[in-house]
Amino acid sequence: MTSIYALPAFSLRFYPIWRRNFLVWKKLMVASVLGNIADPLITLIAFGYGLGSMLKEVDGIPYIHYLASGSICMSVMMASSFEALYSAYSRMSVQRTWDALMNAPLALDDIVLAELLWSATKSLFSGVAILCVMFALGIGLHPQVLLVLPLLFFAGMTFAALGLIMNALARGYDFFTYYFTLILTPMVFLSGVYYPVAQLPSWLQLVSQFLPLSAAVNLVRPLVLGGWPQSPLLDLAILAVYCCGGFYAAMIFTRRRF
Amino acid sequence: MTETSILSVSKLHKAFGSGAERTPIINDLSFALRPGECYGLLGPNGAGKTTTLRLCLGLSVPDSGEIRLNGRPIPDQARAARMRVGVVPQADNLDPDFTVQENLQVFGRYFGMADALMAQRIPDLLEFANLTAKKDARIGELSGGMKRRLTLARALVNDPDLIFMDEPTTGLDPQARHMIWERLKSLLARGKTILLTTHFMDEAERLCDRLAVVDHGRMIAEGSPQQLIAQHIEAEVLEVYGENARSWAEQHGRDHAARIEHSGETAFCYTNDAQSLLATLQHVQGVRYLHRPANLEDLFLKLTGREMRD
Repeated sequence: MTSIYALPAFSLRFYPIWRRNFLVWKKLMVASVLGNIADPLITLIAFGYGLGSMLKEVDGIPYIHYLASGSICMSVMMASSFEALYSAYSRMSVQRTWDALMNAPLALDDIVLAELLWSATKSLFSGVAILCVMFALGIGLHPQVLLVLPLLFFAGMTFAALGLIMNALARGYDFFTYYFTLILTPMVFLSGVYYPVAQLPSWLQLVSQFLPLSAAVNLVRPLVLGGWPQSPLLDLAILAVYCCGGFYAAMIFTRRRF
Repeated sequence: MTETSILSVSKLHKAFGSGAERTPIINDLSFALRPGECYGLLGPNGAGKTTTLRLCLGLSVPDSGEIRLNGRPIPDQARAARMRVGVVPQADNLDPDFTVQENLQVFGRYFGMADALMAQRIPDLLEFANLTAKKDARIGELSGGMKRRLTLARALVNDPDLIFMDEPTTGLDPQARHMIWERLKSLLARGKTILLTTHFMDEAERLCDRLAVVDHGRMIAEGSPQQLIAQHIEAEVLEVYGENARSWAEQHGRDHAARIEHSGETAFCYTNDAQSLLATLQHVQGVRYLHRPANLEDLFLKLTGREMRD
């Protein structure tokens, strides 16, 4: 054990912890998958057809296609954040699963890495469910849509990393409400999920450029619509900075907590 | 520190807080466990027992001092050292989403144990914990005693040489406590080493080959229960209580007892010869008494005082 500022230690020991979380998910799979499908289905139909009947096109794209290609990123962000906040906090502080893990030959770094990858995995499940709904609605039927899957996993990791910082700082579940209402919800409105960023005042457009959700939308939307991202390296770099920086910060705060 | 000790702790210091608020929790603590023994850490709440266990497991870093667990330096090689250690924590942290059997299986994976090997071991572990009939039950359906037994079985998945037990019977009814004790004795009979923290003196007296009384992070006595009692305390105790107990103690007790302590309306008279004390009690009204040999609790109270701890 070294300083709390040491770089995270990576090893395959995360796997049995990840597998533990997967096993719990499997037990509750039916409810989880139904929710994953019903939620986007309702949103896409309600907004896409309701609002879409008035809007018709945004940036030359049918509104339901525009909305679907943005909201898949939002859903992945929400799913990943929820897992890294509420569920990880339960395992850390309420059920004390983390304590049990640390009595076995596992270290805190293994646990936080496992939580990161598990949150990303779970958010990918939700992303895949939405893709299936989109395919059923005739959206995104292009070969390059397959590239969306690793991108969604990467976005899931990024938001899990940021969520795990909050998790390490939390004193109770109430704390997470602030994160959702003050950080994540505004980010949705600034990241071009529902409408183009160009609609925003120029200073907010500037802010938007540096948000991880904007980067995810910029990468995913063109692929869903059959095109290619405009500046993939920049957007991948933005996600990587949030992901790596967030994970390192989460590791430091978590070590400080234990 | 002998080479044969499975766990040795030497000149351990640990303080919490910072600046002027910094308070020492562990203060120059040294001890060593011999293979196959049950070693008890006794102390009031806040004495530093749980902190000591956490330090020994490498979950917390000492300010100074040296710890060796299974021959490995702690905390540097704590993870590797924990491969051969089992832990029964103070608070149950079983996985509520899993059945009894799954809890054991999943915990085995944390030690890198193959599912096939665990499948062979689980029936024995369930048998040991007397939970075979409950193997498919959820954790929520188990009683407190069953949960403790499962936690004990879970600590054995890796067939450890040394088992850490942090107050294993706190909150259990007498039947459940006796069952845990009996299981711990069978583990000792199999050659396992146990480090036990407790504040139940009967538990320590029953199970421990040697024990350390710890208070404010310092060791204040160490030895076998019998040795410690003989060394630190008079052989017999007369507990005198009732409305006239105090006045009797003032008039007679003082002259005949080696030492008297008061707690509420009870006078504890410590003596090596109770006959003269008993004689003075023959005709006193309004007192009742209990005459018994001195035990570990008397020793504990003598060494750590009678005032309340939080």
